[in-house]
Amino acid sequence: MKMLNGKALALAGVGIATLLAGCEAPPPEVVQNGYRGLAMQTNYNTDRLQASLDANVPPEPIPAAAPGGPKAKDLYKNVQVLGELTVAEFNRIMVAMTNWVAPEQGCYYCHVNEGFEYDGIYTKVVARRMIQMTQTTNANWQDHVADTGVTCYTCHRGQPVPEYVWTSDPGPGQPSMIAPTGQNVASKSVAYASLPYDPFTPYLLQDNDIRVIGQTVLPQGNRSSIKQAEWTYGLMMHMSSSLGVNCTYCHNSRSFYSWDQSAPPRTAAWYAIRHVREMNNDYVVPLSEIIPASRKGPLGDVYKIYCTTCHQGAYKPLYGAKMLKDYPSLAQPLPEGGLEAVKAAKEGVVEAPSTQAKAEPMEAPAPAPAKAQPAQEAAAPPAESAPEAEPAAAAPAQPAPAEPAAPAASSGPQLRYPPPSMMQYPPAPLQYPPAPAPR
Amino acid sequence: MAMLSFEKKYRVRGGTLVGGDLFDFWVGPFYVGFFGVTSVFFATLGTLLIIWGAAIGPTWNVWRINIAPPDLSYGLMMAPLTEGGLWQIITICAIGAFVSWALRQVEISRKLGIGLHVPFAFSFAILAYVTLVVIRPVLMGAWGHGFPYGIFSHLDWVSNVGYQYLHFHYNPAHMLAITFFFTNALALALHGSLILSMVNPQDGEPVKTSEHENTFFRDFIGYSIGALAIHRLGLFLAINAGFWSAVCIVLSGPFWTKGWPEWWNWWLQLPFWS
Repeated sequence: MKMLNGKALALAGVGIATLLAGCEAPPPEVVQNGYRGLAMQTNYNTDRLQASLDANVPPEPIPAAAPGGPKAKDLYKNVQVLGELTVAEFNRIMVAMTNWVAPEQGCYYCHVNEGFEYDGIYTKVVARRMIQMTQTTNANWQDHVADTGVTCYTCHRGQPVPEYVWTSDPGPGQPSMIAPTGQNVASKSVAYASLPYDPFTPYLLQDNDIRVIGQTVLPQGNRSSIKQAEWTYGLMMHMSSSLGVNCTYCHNSRSFYSWDQSAPPRTAAWYAIRHVREMNNDYVVPLSEIIPASRKGPLGDVYKIYCTTCHQGAYKPLYGAKMLKDYPSLAQPLPEGGLEAVKAAKEGVVEAPSTQAKAEPMEAPAPAPAKAQPAQEAAAPPAESAPEAEPAAAAPAQPAPAEPAAPAASSGPQLRYPPPSMMQYPPAPLQYPPAPAPR
Repeated sequence: MAMLSFEKKYRVRGGTLVGGDLFDFWVGPFYVGFFGVTSVFFATLGTLLIIWGAAIGPTWNVWRINIAPPDLSYGLMMAPLTEGGLWQIITICAIGAFVSWALRQVEISRKLGIGLHVPFAFSFAILAYVTLVVIRPVLMGAWGHGFPYGIFSHLDWVSNVGYQYLHFHYNPAHMLAITFFFTNALALALHGSLILSMVNPQDGEPVKTSEHENTFFRDFIGYSIGALAIHRLGLFLAINAGFWSAVCIVLSGPFWTKGWPEWWNWWLQLPFWS
């Protein structure tokens, strides 16, 4: 009996030790997101939070360029997007981009022997399109990125291909009659739940309806299935783990659909989904024709954007560090006259509401700069036409709490570059990006 | 209240823990004792404070009355009465009443010379409550982590705490607790129906006893746990249900801040089948 007790005690000891080994040490860092006692709160493990804070620090800004001087388009050849900048500012942003995107590879990652103006290398064409994407994001999607904005560094973090990207997932390929049919795999993309492991294709590329909950107390006419709800939950799990938050960061779980019981970040997230969809459809997917196979997924689709691409575990990318203010050339598509013209337009807009305020109290001054921008672009043709662009154009038409401020289909001049058959692809190791994160 | 003639011999003096003979008396059928007095004191004060909280709150709708704990910013300090201090005092009253109730059970048991199984079992319910409103809040550093006192509001709290960890059904201790609750219900249903079937025989049959009880279960599932052991099993299931409930919530937050699905990654990291 004594022996048995000793053994049982040892066994129990091992069990408890195993359980404790996986534990974190209290107390956690907690942020209250709702009324007291409602348990809407974000919980952080202090060690991991400190590690994340240390890992999400932006680089020091490059000193501002000296004002004045000739325009880049006048001095350099083939400057299609940044031509309105002064030469000093143009070179400054080029240096910044090199530091952010290709610090090891340097200028020659995008510029080759044929000359700096030569477009026959796909990385240069992609970089130019990404500049346009960044400018449009900062100008048109302030409902998502606010005045913090984004720069190349927000996603790239010193790597030519951002670390966190996604491609359509063909699944684990089980030789079985009971294949997992899109789910039932402990998947990193959905925070290791068994939910559908590729919620990105239907929601961040296509514009399937994310909302599945009914509008009535009793089930009257809502034909959404539990399986559809699981796809929605899959996307939500991705958003949670990308931002390092939980469901109650946005939702009061007593009523997930109800906007008037949700926390304010849910509004930003609503715009964010539409924004990511637009970036994927208007900017990333159309580049498929020139992107090499080594940078495509198992189904041949290019690496695309999702929440983790920028957020990387932080509720705000880089914990809200305002990098953009030091790089005004990325804040909007550059109009005729460059940054001087932008500055002048802003000052004009800021003065204008003071006179209009009495007449139109409903019009807040904040969205005005964003609205001014599309007006200038209206004449510009839409970006490269592609069949994939259609869903994005339809997206803003969805029922919503409020229409996006300026969901212009795309912006900037139509880019010119050689056909893919004439494109150069740099030799290894440059063309080997990290594979997408394993599930 | 009438007293059955044979009850008199059980109304013996002594066995008290506190107060000696002072409170060693009955009121009607109820034994009082020192802890009977404290039970009534704490229960009455706590209930009146809840009613006062409702009176200064926005509604008399009994479903929506809400006595909420303080904001997290108060940490482990006392909060102003109308900003969670009321919740703190009511919590003290509740714990005082529950613990008094358990100690009164101890006194009655001592008086009767029986085991302390009843207060032992009840103490697991108290443990679960104290875990929710004291142990876990202290470990997390703020009284605001306790659950609010209100019918709808405490349900909202339960729901939101679950979603704080993305998917609470992946919590292993929650799995155990649920399993014990369900098994407990199954065991009680089987036991209750079996006993009733013995004392409600078919027409013309005499009332049956434990031999029939055992025979039914041996025919049915090949084994009968027996008349005494079914109560051991019931107690085991019931206190484990409460115990693992306490464990599952004290793990969530103090010892685990990620989603619960991720906890199971140890399985994926095992060598040969992952």
